[in-house]
Amino acid sequence: MTSRRMTGWQGETVRFRFDGRDYEGVRGDTLASALLANGVRTVAASPALGRPRGIYAAWTEEPNALVQVAAEPMLQATTVELRDGLDAHGLSGRGRLTDETDTARYDAVHAHCDVLVVGAGPAGLAAATVAAETGARVIIADDRPIAGGSLPDTAETVGGVAGAEWAAATLDALDGRPDIRVLRRTSVFGYYDDNYLVAVERRGEHAHSRERVWRIRARRVVLATGAHERPIAFAGNDRPGVMLAGSARAYANRHGVLPGDRAVVFTTNDSAYAAARDLAAAGVEIAAIVDTRATPSRGGDGVEILTGHVVTAVGGDDGVSSVTVSPSDGGAGREIEADLLLVSGGWSPLVHLFSQSGGDLRHDDGIGSFVPASARQAVEVAGAARGVFTLAGCLEDGAAAGARAAEAAGFRVEGTFEVPRTPDEDPAAPAEHLWLVPGADYSTHFVDLQRDVTVADVMRATGAGLRSVEHVKRYTTAGTAHDQGKLSGVLTSAVVGHALGLPLGDLGTTTFRAPYVPVGFATLAGRHRGALHDPVRTTSLHEWHVAYGAPFENVGQWKRPWYYPRAGEDMETAVLRECGAVRESVGAMDASTLGKIDVQGPDAAEFLDRIYTNMMSTLKVGAIRYGVMCRPDGMVFDDGTVIRLADDRFLVTTTTGNAAAVLDWMEEWLQTEWPGLRVYCTSVTEHWATVALAGPGSRDVLAGLAPGLAVDAASFPFMTWRDTEVAGLAARVCRISFSGELAYEINVNAWDGLALWEAVMGTGVVTPYGTETMHVLRAEKGYPIVGQDTDGTVTPADLGMDWVVSKKKPDFIGKRSFARADTSRPDRKHLVGLLPADPGRLLPEGAHLVETSTLPEPPVPTLGHVTSSYRSAVLGSTFALALVSGGRDRMGEVLYVPLGGEQVPVTVTSHILYDPEGARRDG
Amino acid sequence: MRDVPEHPDWLWSSPEPKRSYDVVIVGGGGHGLATAYYLAKNHGITDVAVLERGWLAGGNMARNTTIIRSNYLWDESAGIYEHALKLWEGLEDDLGYPILFSQRGVLNLAHSLQDVRDSVRRVHANRLNGVDAEWLGPDEVKEICPIVNVSPDVRYPVLGATYQPRAGIAKHDYVAWGFARAAAAMGVHLIENCEVTGVEVAGGRVQAVQTTKGRIAAGTVALSAAGHSSVVAATAGVELPVQTHPLQALVSELLEPVHPTVVMSNAVHVYVSQAHKGELVMGAGIDPYNSYRQRGAFHIIEQQMSAALELFPIFARAHVLRTWAGIVDVTPDASPVVGKTPVDGLLVNCGWGTGGFKATPGVGWCYAHTIAHGEPHPLNAPFSLERFTTGALVDEHGAAAVAH
Ligand SMILES: Cc1cc2nc3c(=O)[nH]c(=O)nc-3n(C[C@H](O)[C@H](O)[C@H](O)COP(=O)(O)OP(=O)(O)OC[C@H]3O[C@@H](n4cnc5c(N)ncnc54)[C@H](O)[C@@H]3O)c2cc1C
Repeated sequence: MTSRRMTGWQGETVRFRFDGRDYEGVRGDTLASALLANGVRTVAASPALGRPRGIYAAWTEEPNALVQVAAEPMLQATTVELRDGLDAHGLSGRGRLTDETDTARYDAVHAHCDVLVVGAGPAGLAAATVAAETGARVIIADDRPIAGGSLPDTAETVGGVAGAEWAAATLDALDGRPDIRVLRRTSVFGYYDDNYLVAVERRGEHAHSRERVWRIRARRVVLATGAHERPIAFAGNDRPGVMLAGSARAYANRHGVLPGDRAVVFTTNDSAYAAARDLAAAGVEIAAIVDTRATPSRGGDGVEILTGHVVTAVGGDDGVSSVTVSPSDGGAGREIEADLLLVSGGWSPLVHLFSQSGGDLRHDDGIGSFVPASARQAVEVAGAARGVFTLAGCLEDGAAAGARAAEAAGFRVEGTFEVPRTPDEDPAAPAEHLWLVPGADYSTHFVDLQRDVTVADVMRATGAGLRSVEHVKRYTTAGTAHDQGKLSGVLTSAVVGHALGLPLGDLGTTTFRAPYVPVGFATLAGRHRGALHDPVRTTSLHEWHVAYGAPFENVGQWKRPWYYPRAGEDMETAVLRECGAVRESVGAMDASTLGKIDVQGPDAAEFLDRIYTNMMSTLKVGAIRYGVMCRPDGMVFDDGTVIRLADDRFLVTTTTGNAAAVLDWMEEWLQTEWPGLRVYCTSVTEHWATVALAGPGSRDVLAGLAPGLAVDAASFPFMTWRDTEVAGLAARVCRISFSGELAYEINVNAWDGLALWEAVMGTGVVTPYGTETMHVLRAEKGYPIVGQDTDGTVTPADLGMDWVVSKKKPDFIGKRSFARADTSRPDRKHLVGLLPADPGRLLPEGAHLVETSTLPEPPVPTLGHVTSSYRSAVLGSTFALALVSGGRDRMGEVLYVPLGGEQVPVTVTSHILYDPEGARRDG
Repeated sequence: MRDVPEHPDWLWSSPEPKRSYDVVIVGGGGHGLATAYYLAKNHGITDVAVLERGWLAGGNMARNTTIIRSNYLWDESAGIYEHALKLWEGLEDDLGYPILFSQRGVLNLAHSLQDVRDSVRRVHANRLNGVDAEWLGPDEVKEICPIVNVSPDVRYPVLGATYQPRAGIAKHDYVAWGFARAAAAMGVHLIENCEVTGVEVAGGRVQAVQTTKGRIAAGTVALSAAGHSSVVAATAGVELPVQTHPLQALVSELLEPVHPTVVMSNAVHVYVSQAHKGELVMGAGIDPYNSYRQRGAFHIIEQQMSAALELFPIFARAHVLRTWAGIVDVTPDASPVVGKTPVDGLLVNCGWGTGGFKATPGVGWCYAHTIAHGEPHPLNAPFSLERFTTGALVDEHGAAAVAH
């Protein structure tokens, strides 16, 4: 057992390291209590001024004692639970990220309840117990390893037993009930709209998941989050050994640790007297109680009480060695030897979550702090969190809040909650509200210990003309450290008030923001990392593509085979071979990823007429039409084919990447603009596997696989579809082409996809091709790819597709924009083809075009850019598609592509470079 | 070592508003303050009041992630942002204020073949416009920012990035205070806690504004109210094509330097820099719903963390210290509106959405010109309100898909 542990304190020994030295603590310690027990007073030097700093508080409000624990960059020593092998280092303001891979797992849980109680102190436990009695589903969350809030700190009794014991038993009893969930070591850190609260549960390094986020939706919330003791700004208030009185009391009662040998207590209120009493009982010599008030209410149990006094100086470079106390109204000071200075400026309700919920605060002049005023959400505040500071009061207040919450959530409170007995408390004498001990020079009156901000800094800010606490915070950085100003925030406001002669209530606080306590990045990312960052979507043919050695392209969430290299082939040769196969014989591509939306309902045709620029209502059942969708600004948004299955049913095909966006788009119009239309849209992308069969030989291949289907051009014309059997599988065959060749798209149930594909490949004459070949083939034909050859600034007319815009329809999305001055400008950018003067020169996609063969000084106006660029076997040349200003009027013109100091000449041509007559379509 | 610079001893005073001014600027954000500064400095117009409903520069100016760059796609955008960047390069001296402008470069990552095309396109466009820009492969990305995960084995591998070396970050508050202090020193009145509740129009001409501190007459009323622009303009009968959304950001604890530049990714949606004090500063996309409240939804933060760890596995054990939101004004083409309105004497500057911090000096310069001359500066002329009628949009949405 270590030197500063109370004699007789029992506990299992835990070994740990701090700053390279080995120490022992006991199970149940925090790193801070263990350090204090070992007599370690200085944790680190302060970041800006290099002053030694120690442990100031005992829980999440600690401003000073920051440590690095292994790969964890910045933790408060006061919240780190001691465990064997813990290796910590004191930090001066900055933590360190390490390269070590975080292999831990993190989870998230969704939970719903009638009443969420935050805090398992006396008020929270009473609230949860009462609410649970009504049959309400209750969640009670508490951030501590053991229940009771301040009870284990104060050693008060409840119902005749030690408060901590009562709390543990009460929480265990709740835990045993079926509809109650008890979350220990769980900090509620965010309060969002609609009573959505988030909490982090610390489960330990070796648990199944190290931490998990609770996403809680509660009908009613009871905030029983307690209060923080307030610091006082005085000269030297940052020395190791200066500590909040209640925190020192906690170290003694909770951990059996004596944070010093001889203490001076500096207080504005009664609570520090109890702290002094407990510490004295534990073995700390109380040298004096310095009370700012003229008349304290209670005796000091034999300790000297200096009324109307304040602390004016603290001696000792490495830590408190003496305390100078002086009468408040001036006069000679007196130096008292001590190694501990306990401070209490009163208690501030912990209003963070209430404030996050949108609730307003008001300043309560009686207790000298901000308290919850009007709520914006379904929330109650109970106990010290709203300024009730007696134990009996907290129990009663909590019970009442629990009853109100349960009732508001629709439950009946039957009977009354018997508030457990607590010892009589002397009525408290009024506290004084002193934030600042006047001094000649405020350079060591600290308001924010971690940011090394002093009263002098705050006064400099107000002296510079600043009036708002937000400005002062930003000017001085007070309140921006790891503790987010839990102790310094209101103190800063108070000092601003002092400097400007304004009441604290007028100044208010800075905004309380989530998270209430720091939360790990990895904790929030949860399982959504690595492969699960975004779902991977693969088609039913995927395994075949993998086996065949295809590299994949990410298109949206999909993995699409890019090309199928044979032994010794690079991408270029493979793609040229695949292109040749389609143009000369037959190829097959997995087209399953194209988005498919089933559009049904009596008004389906009318709906599609409004969504597409062209007419869909005239489409015959059994026929297919290509269509374009525009945004209201007239710019192309998506394209694809529409097939009519029945009078009231269509299947809409979208681009792969845009499928979800198109469905959202349709729903947005249906739900917000045209709720009268009776139309239902369903995504069926994954229901189908689609194999595109393309090339002059495709008809023969299809005929062989589908003996029951009349495949001749007359029986099965272009842009029609047939239900049939292919390779013995129920299939829908569409005669459409994205390559200009005779082509079919065979659709089967996704389960049958692989069988179909294998049958197609089993013919021995079909070459598989990937997205790259598809891109080349369609580009040779001048078919644009939405998102590649368009960018949200391109109209159908710009693409040379005037024909797709109906002149007959009364209206459709985008129609009005086509009449706008700019949309009908003749020098808009048009989709054109480009042939480089050097047929071997492949233009980079994204390169720009200029008019001149020498490049002028910037800024050089651009004529447009290359959208697609490939090598073409059939053209015997490279070629590109480009959007070029006034492009259609530039046919034959030579333009230049500036590339790394070179001006590469290209000739403007039609965007349709191959088979402009469309002769190959019918095979 | 102090990690923040010494501020000047005097910033600005808080005068009571006069009954009338030549120019009233509505909104004391970065833009309003920069405009006031350039009005006084470039045009000698000092009978100016900046009216701010809350504390000065407490809106988006105080909430943004301070990324400054000019590598926009379209010529119109490159024009005004590059003008701004050139001003940034001299701003510290010009204002006599340590604004911590750090040209540490910005990487915009590409994760798909289409990202690559779009990025290369933007690099070529930037070069033609005299904007410094490079296209980097994954290895070069790694050289500039060693902590970026460029492994091919992740969900969306980094296929490359555009890099603008002159881009960087600055300290938003100090920029605002620098402008405020310099403007106040030239006689501009900065009036806090003064909300404009109405714009008075008679005979098609602006007359005055109604405020929580009374009526203030003005020759010109120049709106610069960011997220509230459409609300204020509506009181003058002017409808703006602006939707207001929350945009969130967050910081970590202070960390030793690990991240030397600024990294932005649209596909793995997050952007990150490490500020001067050492905190990681991060943001992502807007909250999808319209709102005038400065708060967002939690799942946006969760998604952002997942994205951050994809790109920067080293951040796993860092902690989120503080999150917040601003409300941003988004136009249909994601480009700003700076210019005249149908009401004589009522000018508007808005629509900067998620990316107007970087424009602060540039827009101040051009808006001041517009106020002084009654006609737009050539650099803001393309950003007229009229373009939503003519269709001459400057679509940075679809085309570049890069914001902030
Ligand atoms: C989270 C976030 C991250 C961002 N990141 C970046 C980034 O990295 N890079 C970048 O370039 N941009 C970024 N931005 C965008 C940038 O902050 C804004 O575009 C820019 O600040 C807007 O101009 P402003 O500074 O004048 O706006 P604001 O600072 O919002 O100023 C508008 C002011 O008008 C006031 N006001 C409103 N209504 C009234 C009224 N009726 N009367 C009087 N005053 C009124 C408001 O209170 C406010 O102070 C980001 C924005 C946010 C929210």
